Amino acid sequence: MLKLTHISKTFNPGTVNAKKAIEDLSFHAAKGDFITVIGANGAGKSTLFNAISGSFFTDSGKIELDGKDITFMPEYKRARSIGRLFQDPMRGSAPGMTIEENLALAAGHGGWLSSISRKDRQAFRERLSLLGMGLEDRMTQPVGLLSGGQRQALTLMMATYNPPKLLLLDEHTAALDPATAEKVLEITKNTVEENHLTCMMITHNMQSALELGNRTIMMNAGKIILDVIGEERAHMTVADLLDRFKQAAGKALDNDRMLLSEAE
Amino acid sequence: MSFDSILTLGQTALELGLISSLTVLALFLSYSMLNVCDLSTDGCFTLGAVVGASVALSGHPFLAIPAAMAIGMVSGFVTALLQTKMGIDSLLAGIIVNTALYSVNIGIMNGASLLNLNNSDTVFTKMRSVLENTPLAGQYKLIVIIITVVLVAVVLGLFLRTRLGLAIRATGNNPDMVRSSSINPVKTTIIGLCISNAFTALSGCLLAQSQKSVSIDIGTGMVTVALASLLIGGAFFGKGKIPLRIFGMVVGAFVFRLVYTIALRFNLPAFMLKFVSSVIVILAISGPYLKKQLPYLKRRFGKERTHA
Repeated sequence: MLKLTHISKTFNPGTVNAKKAIEDLSFHAAKGDFITVIGANGAGKSTLFNAISGSFFTDSGKIELDGKDITFMPEYKRARSIGRLFQDPMRGSAPGMTIEENLALAAGHGGWLSSISRKDRQAFRERLSLLGMGLEDRMTQPVGLLSGGQRQALTLMMATYNPPKLLLLDEHTAALDPATAEKVLEITKNTVEENHLTCMMITHNMQSALELGNRTIMMNAGKIILDVIGEERAHMTVADLLDRFKQAAGKALDNDRMLLSEAE
Repeated sequence: MSFDSILTLGQTALELGLISSLTVLALFLSYSMLNVCDLSTDGCFTLGAVVGASVALSGHPFLAIPAAMAIGMVSGFVTALLQTKMGIDSLLAGIIVNTALYSVNIGIMNGASLLNLNNSDTVFTKMRSVLENTPLAGQYKLIVIIITVVLVAVVLGLFLRTRLGLAIRATGNNPDMVRSSSINPVKTTIIGLCISNAFTALSGCLLAQSQKSVSIDIGTGMVTVALASLLIGGAFFGKGKIPLRIFGMVVGAFVFRLVYTIALRFNLPAFMLKFVSSVIVILAISGPYLKKQLPYLKRRFGKERTHA
């Protein structure tokens, strides 16, 4: 499904601030994989997502999605097959426009000069009611009036309205309060299952990294240092994960945020 | 002052206000929707006036309107191309095009800086002869202008409801979201600026035909005047739905003209128009900002005084 071959990216090359964000990384995700991604700050997790979704072109290597070479495809074209959510709930929707207007853009039905039809509204309403947030009765309100959790749930719905080939979730529940985060995560799981999506999710919660999905990768210094799946992963505990990090990275994981969330 | 002269003044303010409301609607699209401050507006307004007058001079007053709009579109296309495809900052792109248009405009007028339409037909004289001997004969100018403004406002309102219109609005609101909806924000910016500049040029074309002359500085300061009107309109109807906001733009343009006309009656010299519009823009933009700062300023300077 997704195939990365020897991709590298250096920011500010040739300056004192040069940073190798991704180094000779190769990776293959199978169709239907739900992969959780963990790693310390600056390990290159978000950079990896940026490379996949096309926020920048990589310095070298090849990116293929579903057998198609997308290495130099612009971001907006990739968005047809790659859905993405960010940590910031404000990033995925236009605050000055109404819920139905946002959805109409995400749905992308009809010609450029067509406007929202009654049928569209009905479809939006049905989908929104599945979120259980009462948004179906607020379709003509500007999105800027919604809470962070509501906006993130709406963004998720927009990103998966036309099921993408690949869904990238970049700590999309980290900015939400625990109860809302739980709810958004629940909606995420259901959406991924129902549409059989291939999905990659960055998380700082190692427990949920092992519980969610079928595969876990750990990144450090721009490389994937751990990739577990199946039987091996099923028996893994957070302590094992930390051990494996130490083995692979040659030092103990010193990320307060990850360790704290482990203690939760 | 007699009642009649007040009425005449009001009518003139209405005519000029409505003509400039077309430029305000153009800025509503570029400034409020696309979030691009299009500084080529002055030059484009003059361009529309010059082209409109030239075509009218050659005996085709009606053809002048689509001609002006088409050339405005070209100007908008160039401005948009500079800022989306060639890495030029959007403000700078507008200024560059504005400067270039000065030469283009004088070139179109064959090196002159003034064109006179006194002896040629305009859309207004055509309307006057149609309305001859009817009760509406005195309002021929206003009728042409109202028809145009209503048409443009309705078309703009309908357009902003289409998928393309929504995409243009989202481009100014959250370009990230536009990209993730598989829409190219470069495309929406280009289309938006083409349409808005067509309106600006139409506005210039109508002013030229209405006052029967064009000079090279007909559009000078137009962007500030239109911004002032836009902000006034926004103060009245800024929060509502799109059709209401569009109506607000037209009202804003009229109110600005009215205030200016009244100021003229109180012996404000005519050359102060641009100064007044600058002050309005400064107040309207800095006002909300300063209001937000007020509590801190009060704390900072108020406290010191009580201690002293």
